[in-house]
Amino acid sequence: MSSAQRQAPSTLALRWGLGGIGTLAVLLLLAPTVVVIIVSFTNGYSLKFPPPGYSLRWYEALPDAWQLQFAALNSLKVASAATAIAVLLGVPASMAIARSESAVARVLDSLFMSPLILPALAFGLASLIYFSRLNVNLSLATLIIGHSVVGVPFVIRTTVAALAQLPPALLESSASLGASRGYTFRRVTLPLIAPGIAAGAFIAFMSSFDNVPVSLFLRDASTDMLPIRMWQDLEGKLDVSIAAVSSLMVLGTLILMIAMERLTGISKRIR
Amino acid sequence: MPAAVAPAKAAKATPFVCGYSLAFATPLTGWFVLFFLAPLTVLVVISFYADPQLSHFGLDQYKKIATDGFSLPVLADTLWLGVQVTLLCLVLGYALAWSYVRSPATAQKMLMLVIVMPLLTSVVVRTFAWVVILGRQGIVNSVFQGLGWIDSPMKLLYTRGGLIVALANVQLPLMALPIITALQKLDPNLEDASSALGASAFRTFFKITLPLTLPGIVAGCLLTFAATITAFISQSLIGGGRMLFMPMYIYQQASTLQNWPFAAAISLVFLVAVLVCVTLINRVGRIGAAAAA
Repeated sequence: MSSAQRQAPSTLALRWGLGGIGTLAVLLLLAPTVVVIIVSFTNGYSLKFPPPGYSLRWYEALPDAWQLQFAALNSLKVASAATAIAVLLGVPASMAIARSESAVARVLDSLFMSPLILPALAFGLASLIYFSRLNVNLSLATLIIGHSVVGVPFVIRTTVAALAQLPPALLESSASLGASRGYTFRRVTLPLIAPGIAAGAFIAFMSSFDNVPVSLFLRDASTDMLPIRMWQDLEGKLDVSIAAVSSLMVLGTLILMIAMERLTGISKRIR
Repeated sequence: MPAAVAPAKAAKATPFVCGYSLAFATPLTGWFVLFFLAPLTVLVVISFYADPQLSHFGLDQYKKIATDGFSLPVLADTLWLGVQVTLLCLVLGYALAWSYVRSPATAQKMLMLVIVMPLLTSVVVRTFAWVVILGRQGIVNSVFQGLGWIDSPMKLLYTRGGLIVALANVQLPLMALPIITALQKLDPNLEDASSALGASAFRTFFKITLPLTLPGIVAGCLLTFAATITAFISQSLIGGGRMLFMPMYIYQQASTLQNWPFAAAISLVFLVAVLVCVTLINRVGRIGAAAAA
């Protein structure tokens, strides 16, 4: 009893201390999104916060911002194609390494995951030099290839995790009931790991859509990408129309994320 | 038909059901050899050219890095920025994770959305938000002026402090998620036992909770550190033109100055430095875990 009374102040102090910083962290996570959305409705020409008044003028200006639209379209094309490649090559590779104990499988695993740790800018520069030494002109294709390599780790990580969670008994019973490997894969394995694949594909897509370091080196002069366009617009002048684009991107991300959470439980797979 | 062949296959059931042939990894391995390993090899080769015209080999680029009195300080400053941001992020991220696991289930769902959402939001957007927050007419200056604490706007954007705070926030989810996983795995009985035996809450936290969640801390620090030092966009938008870090340095040398051998050499030095730091953080984590056990 006396010990419980002695603990009380320190327990409270710890709870208030960590809880307080934790609350601050939540506010800091929310603040950027909220601020961007509020500023995007300003009726002024600057990023003043709070805005002097509110209007939809910067959203109304977006249909005329053809440079941003063109860049967004390019980013969408590259992200879709790169994700498709990452999934088509990554899923079979995950199957090969997921439950294998062999040294080769572990080496391959580290290889496929290494684009995640390697500074992406170094990889972008390496690819630029590589393609130019091979006399390959930069195009959408070189961008897609670069982005696919960077997207592979996300697909591998979530697919391997999904495969590792498969109950072996399920596959054994399918086999013992006479199903062939292909049949078991199509009817048992694939449906069970599909959420994992989808989550990985989604993360790969978003990271490609957002990629700057690789795009910076692998795009040709006529291929503008959305994050680079936005970044350069911001470097030059702090443009309010970027706030409108940003808000739309936040909204799109939020909708996609809630959908993916429902379909695949993505927040559990992202860790 | 499948039934007829089943017995033969069922005989070696375990390898059959669990693993697939390593051959399934062949296409991706080929892709990585062609478009990942080969470019990196070319990068290494190019760094050994003595001049931008690629006329002859030599160690000139590496000598230049070691002696120009500029490259190494930029590298050290970039790594130091990574350490500063990681430490701030660790304090915020640990408290966030600690609060998360102690929240009721419904609150956890909302919190998880708040934590994961930034990870999937464009870095340009998130960084841009900090430009708005830290700007001369931004939210911090507005509030402080409104309260009468300051007369004229403070300079927050394009300062080191502003950069550290913004980067720590941009990377916060990378730190918080692995720590949440580690805290969830922690046996609550251990904390209860510690306090039942008379340890104060602080003693329990520093002797039990913190050491046992070390793997999560190490994982979070690794991700945060690696992401921070390569955060090209955030560094350039919030740091401004007067602060130079490795990613921008590499980009300037490669793109503006077209000096590929030098750009390749500093990329590789940067890459090796990152790997050394990652190994060091891992090593510290392992020693810490061994000491705790």
